[in-house]
Amino acid sequence: MATGSKLGLSKTKINKARALAREVTGPVQEFIDGHTTVTIERATLRLLGADGANSDGAPVPNLAAEQCAGTLADGAARHYINALVKLSKPPEELNKEIAGGLDISKIEPTDEKRIRAKAAELTAGLDKRLSANVAHRARKLKEGADKAKAPLIYVIVATGNIYEDVKQARAAALQGADIIAVIRTTAQSLLDYVPYGATTEGFGGTYATQENFRIMRSALDAAGAQENRYIRLVNYCSGLCMPEIAAMGAMERLDMMLNDSMYGILFRDINMYRTFTDQFFSRMINTAADIVINTGEDNYLTTSDAIEKAHTVLASQLINEQFAKSAGMPERLMGLGHAFEINPDTKNGFLYEYAQALMAREIFPGHPLKYMPPTKFMTGNIFKGYAMNTLFNFVSKATNQSIELLGMLTEAIHTPYLQDRALAIENALYVHNNIADFFNEVEFKKNGIMVGRAKAVLDETIAMLAEVAGRGLFDAIETGMFADIKRPRNGGKGFDGVFEKSPGYYNPVEDYLKKKLKIAK
Amino acid sequence: MFIKPYGDTLDDGAVQLSFTLPIPCGGKAREAAKLYVQKLGFKRAEIVHAAAMSDDFTFFVAYARTEVSLDYDKVEYAEAVEKCLSMDEVGAFIKTTFRRKIVIVGACTGSDAHTVGIDAIMNMKGYNHHFGLERYPMIEAFNLGSQVPNEKLLEYAKQVKADAILVSQIVTQKDVHIKNLTELIELAEAEKLRDKFIMVVGGPRVNNKTACELGYDAGFGSGTYAEHVATFVVKKLQERLGGR
Repeated sequence: MATGSKLGLSKTKINKARALAREVTGPVQEFIDGHTTVTIERATLRLLGADGANSDGAPVPNLAAEQCAGTLADGAARHYINALVKLSKPPEELNKEIAGGLDISKIEPTDEKRIRAKAAELTAGLDKRLSANVAHRARKLKEGADKAKAPLIYVIVATGNIYEDVKQARAAALQGADIIAVIRTTAQSLLDYVPYGATTEGFGGTYATQENFRIMRSALDAAGAQENRYIRLVNYCSGLCMPEIAAMGAMERLDMMLNDSMYGILFRDINMYRTFTDQFFSRMINTAADIVINTGEDNYLTTSDAIEKAHTVLASQLINEQFAKSAGMPERLMGLGHAFEINPDTKNGFLYEYAQALMAREIFPGHPLKYMPPTKFMTGNIFKGYAMNTLFNFVSKATNQSIELLGMLTEAIHTPYLQDRALAIENALYVHNNIADFFNEVEFKKNGIMVGRAKAVLDETIAMLAEVAGRGLFDAIETGMFADIKRPRNGGKGFDGVFEKSPGYYNPVEDYLKKKLKIAK
Repeated sequence: MFIKPYGDTLDDGAVQLSFTLPIPCGGKAREAAKLYVQKLGFKRAEIVHAAAMSDDFTFFVAYARTEVSLDYDKVEYAEAVEKCLSMDEVGAFIKTTFRRKIVIVGACTGSDAHTVGIDAIMNMKGYNHHFGLERYPMIEAFNLGSQVPNEKLLEYAKQVKADAILVSQIVTQKDVHIKNLTELIELAEAEKLRDKFIMVVGGPRVNNKTACELGYDAGFGSGTYAEHVATFVVKKLQERLGGR
């Protein structure tokens, strides 16, 4: 990584922006620390062993959490662990009984010592599983280190059928993809449960289920073995079940998860208290499993003008960074997002894109930045789209981005066909190789367009963060300061699933995570 | 096994098309393009892009589904060379099999002025890190260049006692290459020279099947390097000598 700034960005200003972001997230973190949500409780149960579904497809974690509905402020874990102890059954058997109608809230409580001992045993087992996943990934990445590409090539599959996704993902891996993301079916983010089992029907994507995770994981491991490199798997840890999906991803060795501290609030109308609380728990799980998060700043630019609103991207990146830090996440796991979305008719648009991408690189030198392709101005003219993607590939390599989500020439038409992905990978590899050392070759005019652009965006970001800090983040969101979308603090979906923790709140998984990540208070 | 194009689901029949119609751009043009795609036999045609090329031409991009399938097991095709020898292996093969250098004459014939194909196969430097036949120590290679009349090529081959003739055809507009290739074969047969040479065709729109149908010994398409051609020539020559 370059030490000096090519854009001449002021260190003092960057530090100021960071400090303001800390001021923004601080009060929210206080709220988070005092609260839990129904999906955090279900994620906890999952990490303790709850899994499966009843004959109507209702997941065991939901059944168990519903049984404890009146006392969720105390945590659901005690009931589940109590049932394991009292019935002296392993989780798999207890899960079957819960699916069959057993109500764990009705079981006589055993003494606290036995609960604590069982909890210690279960979290030790969890730690063993997560540590084994982390060690396996690290070993495989090391073995394939000579084939590591920069940026990493990220493509999506989205057929709706997990078995068809596997064929497409396999082909993409053999074509050179490093990262495969399975896009979720529309509206899964608003389901307050995670479907169970393998699925073959989806719309614009495939259900995120633990079984689907397993199927794709094993397919990518096989493709990786053939290619002698590790292929990373991505899914969405967002929506109403954010922490549960984080738990599933951690257990099934996903490598990256889409996770944003504000996306659900702004773009899915999920209640802000719910999302803030959920993202914290999710990120602790992600961190424990060494999973890189991908934040969703691209969305600010698809809904607003990419030049006018460039500073909202940087502001959001800084806010995401502070929230992630509070969850114990190191910078190397913070895949902050941004995108190439300036109107292609803009004169010198390329220079602005280049300046903004380089600015992100310079402000976040140790973060695995995720750069996203043009989507808003893609049309049915696939040839023009392919040309736009070439410029995107250029900026991506020329600014040393870490993760590059490749643009598809058919972006505006359909979810990618097999050959669309192959053409995208061919384009990216061509550009990356041809300008391999470009980053180190160029400097920019001191008072030129690019330097001026980066400076202006940073200044606007500082002004925005100062205003948000002054008003408080809850209020800033209510008044539409992000993405021009107004969300009332008590509105949105999932608000009724937020609970203030009682003084006796018990969550051994949270205790384990906080201890492991050294953020225990 | 019956096969159909694959988009994102097996047998979905997804096909991407692009074409221009001689009509002004507009809603009627889109509708016409859609009907035309349907008339080609496609189902669920979708015009995803229409752009005016001038006042009276419109360019379209379309996606459509086909119901046509093909029995893949009934497809017959064989490559001229299944397993390719390296430059050194070709040399060793010639030494032990023929105990003399072999002679190859190549040209781009007829009105075709593009030497890129014949040069890629014959020139010392070769192409894409694959040396050309001139570099092969056991091959005497004569590259006659472009726009060589068929008569002259045959005459030259006779003169240098060639074992093989390579004909390159890059331009294929209006099937000009078929006429030219047919003429060369007819000429060789009229002069009773056809059996004296191994005759090979190369070019981006050429394949082994078409070449054999036209009366050549083999055809090589894009992606061919000198060692493919050399391997074919030496194996075929061995076959012919063995048959004598």
